[in-house]
Amino acid sequence: MDFPVFHLDGMGNRWLIALIAILHVLINHGLAVGMMPLVAAMEWYGEKKKDPRWDNLAFQILFVCFLITTTVGALTGVGIWLSVSLVNPYSIGSLIRVFFWAWFTEWLVFITEVCLILAYTLTWKKWSERGGIWKKRHIRLGFALAFFSWVTMAIIVAILGFMMDPGNWLTDHSFWTGVLNPLYLPQLAFRTPLAAAMAGIIAMFLILFFTAKRDAFRNAALRAVGAWTLAFAPFVVVAGWWYYTSVPAAMQGNLGVALATMEFEDWQTKFLQIALFTAVTILVVVQFAISRPHLLPKAALLVPFVAILWMTGHFERVREFIRKPYVIGQYMYANGLRVDDYALLQRDGILKYATYSNPLTGAEKVGLPENLTEAQRSNLLHRIQKGKDVFMDTCSRCHTGQGVNSISGILQKMFGDQEWSTDLTAGTFEFMHYTRPFMPPFPGTKDELVLLGEYLAQLQRSKAVIPGAQSVGITVNPVSAARLAETKRQIKGDAQ
Amino acid sequence: MNPIPVPRDIPLPMPAPEPILVAVLVIFFLMHIVFVNFMVGGALLTLYYQLRGLKERRYDHLAYEIASTITANKSLAVVLGVGPLLAINTLYTVYFYTANALTGAFWISIVPLVITAFVLTYIHKYLWHQMERAKAFHIALAGIICLLFLFIPLIFLTNINLMLFPDKWASVQGFFSALMLPNVFSRYAHFILACPAMTGLFMVWLFRRKDEAEIDGTGFGRAELMRKGYQWALWPTMAQFIVGPIAMLTLPKTEVALHSVWAVFGVAILVSLGMAHLMFAETRRDAAEIGRSFVPICALMLVVVSLMGVGRHLYREAAVTPHRELIRAKTQDYMGKAEEAKREADAAAAARRKK
Repeated sequence: MDFPVFHLDGMGNRWLIALIAILHVLINHGLAVGMMPLVAAMEWYGEKKKDPRWDNLAFQILFVCFLITTTVGALTGVGIWLSVSLVNPYSIGSLIRVFFWAWFTEWLVFITEVCLILAYTLTWKKWSERGGIWKKRHIRLGFALAFFSWVTMAIIVAILGFMMDPGNWLTDHSFWTGVLNPLYLPQLAFRTPLAAAMAGIIAMFLILFFTAKRDAFRNAALRAVGAWTLAFAPFVVVAGWWYYTSVPAAMQGNLGVALATMEFEDWQTKFLQIALFTAVTILVVVQFAISRPHLLPKAALLVPFVAILWMTGHFERVREFIRKPYVIGQYMYANGLRVDDYALLQRDGILKYATYSNPLTGAEKVGLPENLTEAQRSNLLHRIQKGKDVFMDTCSRCHTGQGVNSISGILQKMFGDQEWSTDLTAGTFEFMHYTRPFMPPFPGTKDELVLLGEYLAQLQRSKAVIPGAQSVGITVNPVSAARLAETKRQIKGDAQ
Repeated sequence: MNPIPVPRDIPLPMPAPEPILVAVLVIFFLMHIVFVNFMVGGALLTLYYQLRGLKERRYDHLAYEIASTITANKSLAVVLGVGPLLAINTLYTVYFYTANALTGAFWISIVPLVITAFVLTYIHKYLWHQMERAKAFHIALAGIICLLFLFIPLIFLTNINLMLFPDKWASVQGFFSALMLPNVFSRYAHFILACPAMTGLFMVWLFRRKDEAEIDGTGFGRAELMRKGYQWALWPTMAQFIVGPIAMLTLPKTEVALHSVWAVFGVAILVSLGMAHLMFAETRRDAAEIGRSFVPICALMLVVVSLMGVGRHLYREAAVTPHRELIRAKTQDYMGKAEEAKREADAAAAARRKK
């Protein structure tokens, strides 16, 4: 890899992205895309019925959304970028080169969205007091906000869809072929009603806080928002089915391997079960809220909410299935190496082209075999150092040393307490992409496989945590330094 | 000395001609940083006036007026930062990502730190009147917000500074060692001083447009409030005449000569002198006259800020250009080799299939 390797050995690099992204999707779908049209509709309804209670409730719900979306929502959005650029700079760097204008447009829409939510929230009281045309304008502002929230999602979904299946982009390399990939519409169609239903459930939960138990308005509000939620439920099912049936076709391009298919079938079955469970809980709880609103405990609404979260989470996981072993379908593997790099790296070795080395720490050197002469020890450490670089450059984007999805855990499961000799490990890694089709093939030479094996044998002895460049820094490979001098001479020569 | 690393770039073409990306970077960054100035300066001034409000009640009202503006300004600061982030990712991919990785733990902590600062800012503003009885706690909250707002820019600055100096990459071990690189603290001081100065101008704008009833609510006269704004703008700007040149002179030497950078900053200093003169004149004016030079002052500030942005970009280019040539050569060389190896492998695979 050609960037210093940021690495989290405990939670794992992917979890850093996942945590931030899950939080963001949750807020974006539940509190922005789905909620803004609901709030605007409530305000409109209150104005139509000349009932200030609706207005009041709509404002209270909006204020909660405002507080959360402009803090956690906005920052987790930026956080996805920051975390991906740390964990897999190659993939995000490539995506930005392709999708710059999509992101740029999304950003302009995002600015509009932020200005609108500020205006919508901060002018609510003033414009409502003025009444008449001002109130109508305010309601229109709400629907404009709802529209722009949806547009930001519509743009981002194109990029997500692209990562799963770049479609014709691989041959065409144009922006629009990337955007109009085959999974775009089904995904957007699924997320839209999902967001609306999610917002409905959250709004019902908030209504229980903002209205009194015996208040007749609570019943009316729960009924109306319940109807909203139920209205979107069938669309979730229909669009979910569309998406679900589009996935295998998209997947065939990547994998046709039985094992992956089996795993995918497991995913599908589970998705169906969770979707069914979610649909039933929504139906039951919403029906209950409509028919017996005064008996509805707050906790009851948590059930469909958690079910929707579970379904969304499981739904998001499909991207991994379709995508793996790639991070950008058929263009770049999950380790950040391009498919087209493989021939070179497997011929000459990855270390030859690695600019950086990841220095071994004291803890990582613990437990070296005894009875070695100083020369043998130094030679072994040199090889372990190289093995560590192979690990960091080819494995560490998905695997930790000791934490989540750790290589130690996997090897322990495979080989137990016996010594993880290079015969065992290198032999396994050479062919692992056949037995584990979600993994990229090993990109280096056979010698590098052995070096990797020696490092892992040392990892078994040291049980050390692997630090990232963010704490121990990097060293520059001497090969690279020599080549630098040569390149400098060349550039000077060209200039003359 | 550590060898200078020359990594490869991402082998995909730029999505737009370079000048367009540079324009996006420079223009939107300046818009972003102005709102960051309002946000950080607003937090500092709020704390200051809240403390003065302990003795004289009307300062507390003034603090509230300023605090009320932070929440909108902070939202604009964040959202306007995304565009330049996108452009810097594209234009300086290797430099920016490398600096990010080397200070990774602090870099990613920007997310929770900013969230915390924003949530506290909301609590501080929206529970202002409820917290009247717990004034010490309320002020402590403002203090924490200020500390967070003062620390977060330091992370950005450290990163942006580190990115310019590939010769330092191998010697950095985490955020704190990157923090100690030359020029970080002088640039930081330059930025921090700009916060009250910009917020001072913002105060003038704010109190110029408020209606009489709102002005009366603060317990100050309009001219008094505007004068305070001008004073905030003036004195930190005066200090910039010392700090600015220090930040400029401590810039690490580059292979390329920096004449254009010096020229741009030189003009900026001259324009600033004119602006400071007008600010000073405004602080001396009476109620009938004050505010007369507001528009010219803002126009000059726009010129100064734009020159700063241009100078900053010219220096960045001077710092990385020779190294970027090396990267370009290395990437080309690598891509040539990769293509050749792929052809070789494809031919070998085709030959095997024939057999």
